[in-house]
Amino acid sequence: MTEAPNTPRLPLWEVFIRPRNGLAHRHVGAVHAADAEMAMLAARDVYTRRGEGRSIWVVEARHLHASDPDDKAALFDPADDKVYRQPTHYHVPEEVGDM
Amino acid sequence: MSEGALFRYVLGLADDQLVLGHRLGEWVGKAPMLEEELALANIALDLIGQARLLYQYAAEIEGAGRGEDDLAYRRDERAYLNLQLVEQPNGDFGQTIARQLLYAGMTQAFWPALAGSADARLAGVAAKAAKESAYHFRHAALWTVRLGDGTAESRARMQTGVDALWEFTGELFAPSDDEADLAGVAVDRAALKVGWDAAIDRVLAEATLARPADDWMASGGRQGLHGEHLGHMLAEMQFLQRAYPGLAW
Amino acid sequence: MYSQGLIRPGGPDGGEDDADALARFQARIDAEEKIEPGDWMPAAYRKTLIRQISQHAHSEIVGMQPEGNWITRAPTLRRKAALIAKVQDEGGHGLYLYAAAETLGIAREEMEEQLLTGAAKYSSIFNYPTLTWADVGAIGWLVDGAAIMNQIPLCRCSFGPYARAMIRVCKEESFHQRQGYEVMTALAKGSPAQKAMAQDALDRWWTPSVMMFGPPDSDSTHSDQSMAWKIKRFTNDSLRQRFIDATVPQAEYLGLRIPDPDLRWNAETGHYDIGPLDWDDFWRVVKGGGPMNRQRIANRRRAHDDGQWVRAAAAAHAAKRAARREAAE
Repeated sequence: MTEAPNTPRLPLWEVFIRPRNGLAHRHVGAVHAADAEMAMLAARDVYTRRGEGRSIWVVEARHLHASDPDDKAALFDPADDKVYRQPTHYHVPEEVGDM
Repeated sequence: MSEGALFRYVLGLADDQLVLGHRLGEWVGKAPMLEEELALANIALDLIGQARLLYQYAAEIEGAGRGEDDLAYRRDERAYLNLQLVEQPNGDFGQTIARQLLYAGMTQAFWPALAGSADARLAGVAAKAAKESAYHFRHAALWTVRLGDGTAESRARMQTGVDALWEFTGELFAPSDDEADLAGVAVDRAALKVGWDAAIDRVLAEATLARPADDWMASGGRQGLHGEHLGHMLAEMQFLQRAYPGLAW
Repeated sequence: MYSQGLIRPGGPDGGEDDADALARFQARIDAEEKIEPGDWMPAAYRKTLIRQISQHAHSEIVGMQPEGNWITRAPTLRRKAALIAKVQDEGGHGLYLYAAAETLGIAREEMEEQLLTGAAKYSSIFNYPTLTWADVGAIGWLVDGAAIMNQIPLCRCSFGPYARAMIRVCKEESFHQRQGYEVMTALAKGSPAQKAMAQDALDRWWTPSVMMFGPPDSDSTHSDQSMAWKIKRFTNDSLRQRFIDATVPQAEYLGLRIPDPDLRWNAETGHYDIGPLDWDDFWRVVKGGGPMNRQRIANRRRAHDDGQWVRAAAAAHAAKRAARREAAE
């Protein structure tokens, strides 16, 4: 028996966990759930069983906007020719010490 | 305070957690979706963990050389002191969630109260269990709302589950004779009822479910009087230890 | 290991793929770059990965059943908790793997349907029954042991989401084999009845475990493309040999006899030689002729069907809430 044709599929939610305060949230995977509260419970049950979490974000996958890998050239500006953005480009006299 | 009373009190609590943990273990491989496999297993593990700590303490109180496994695997039904609610079969997912709602509705208040016990060991177990049971109740409440206020079929199944288990809720708040001997150590169960009523009523209302009328209530679990389900459950659970007594596994 | 009966011999079937694009893709693979979901990839790469990852996921899910069979009868509280945790992990691994496959454009429901109809396969080792408590030990020791051998190289698979899922799986897997071996140790050092139980389990699970690695390299012509694309990193025979060499001393420590009269140490090669394996029987079981094939799928179908009203309720409730939110705005 297949799923009844009018049963909507439970949406996919991407899960991000902050393991400790001071660190940023990291993408750890995804869960299926009907709504945000259930997605949060699922994320906790699936991705923090070994104490891996201080904070959980769940985002319905359809709300996640991703860059197109083909746009790499345009979107991610090669910084090689903008050396004035690098600290090593500038000379600080030794007498002044660290800066 | 009699040693017997404390032993029986702790044993009863241990039996509650083990029997319910065992019931949830029966869901493994059968859950309605993969995420729920992990959720039910987590709850089962919390309960079995609590049971183990309580059995270990009970065995120490008894001081007769028994260990956690002797208590769990080598006592008959008449020696099991769990509440009758937790031994009820899983039924469908609606009935399982109903059992979780009604039981965790109680434990989410019971454990924080026991965390104030004069018995430091019990207070320690209770502090950890309090966090776990808060999650158990949240999980049960979220599902109760979704099943109650979902489809016509899910509402019917959820209502049937609540109706079927209602007669086992009276026992949750009935103080036993042993508890009367353990003032300062044991929790005043009757005092938990008001909070439980409020929590359950709130969830049932949001779930568009009817609260069953208080009718006849089952009792006797703490005296080792159970229905017919527990015997079958223990026969399966205890088989290896009974068939091969005295061995290490 | 998860590709039994699926990869056809011959080259990629993405005949439309541009030769330049294929060459650039191969160069990325050769440079040990990771391929991520939005990247260009040959149609055959995507198709092979979907099948392999989903069949790996199905194996984890079906694999919950043989050990799950002993949760209610686990003989101590510690073993009971450990077994629930292990089987729960397997469910979790299935979940991570379904999620990885979904990044390639297939929905979880579709993969689940493929399992139920038999269009997709799972590792055939799970087509055998767990007859005694010792089987739980044997599965942890041998089946998880074999799976770990296969999984560690997959952590360096070319496809990012699969590699990352495997890293998570490998971290969690470490206690599984140890738990199984501990069970076997307790039995092997226990009473005569317990030792006999352990020997009996080894007698039944040894050969199927050795065959988990798939047919001999000489029969696996389709492996070449998977190796070139770094989906598969070691040959069946090399993994099988590694497993045998690691496991024989473990059996010796237990004082148990491996059920292969031709098993012997080869001083020249520095490896253990084994007797002939019955690959006809292996394929018979893969194709449905094993003792538990029908029941494993029937159990999955029942769980799926019994859960239909629950999933429908969750979806219906979410729709109601969304409608109420909109009405309120």
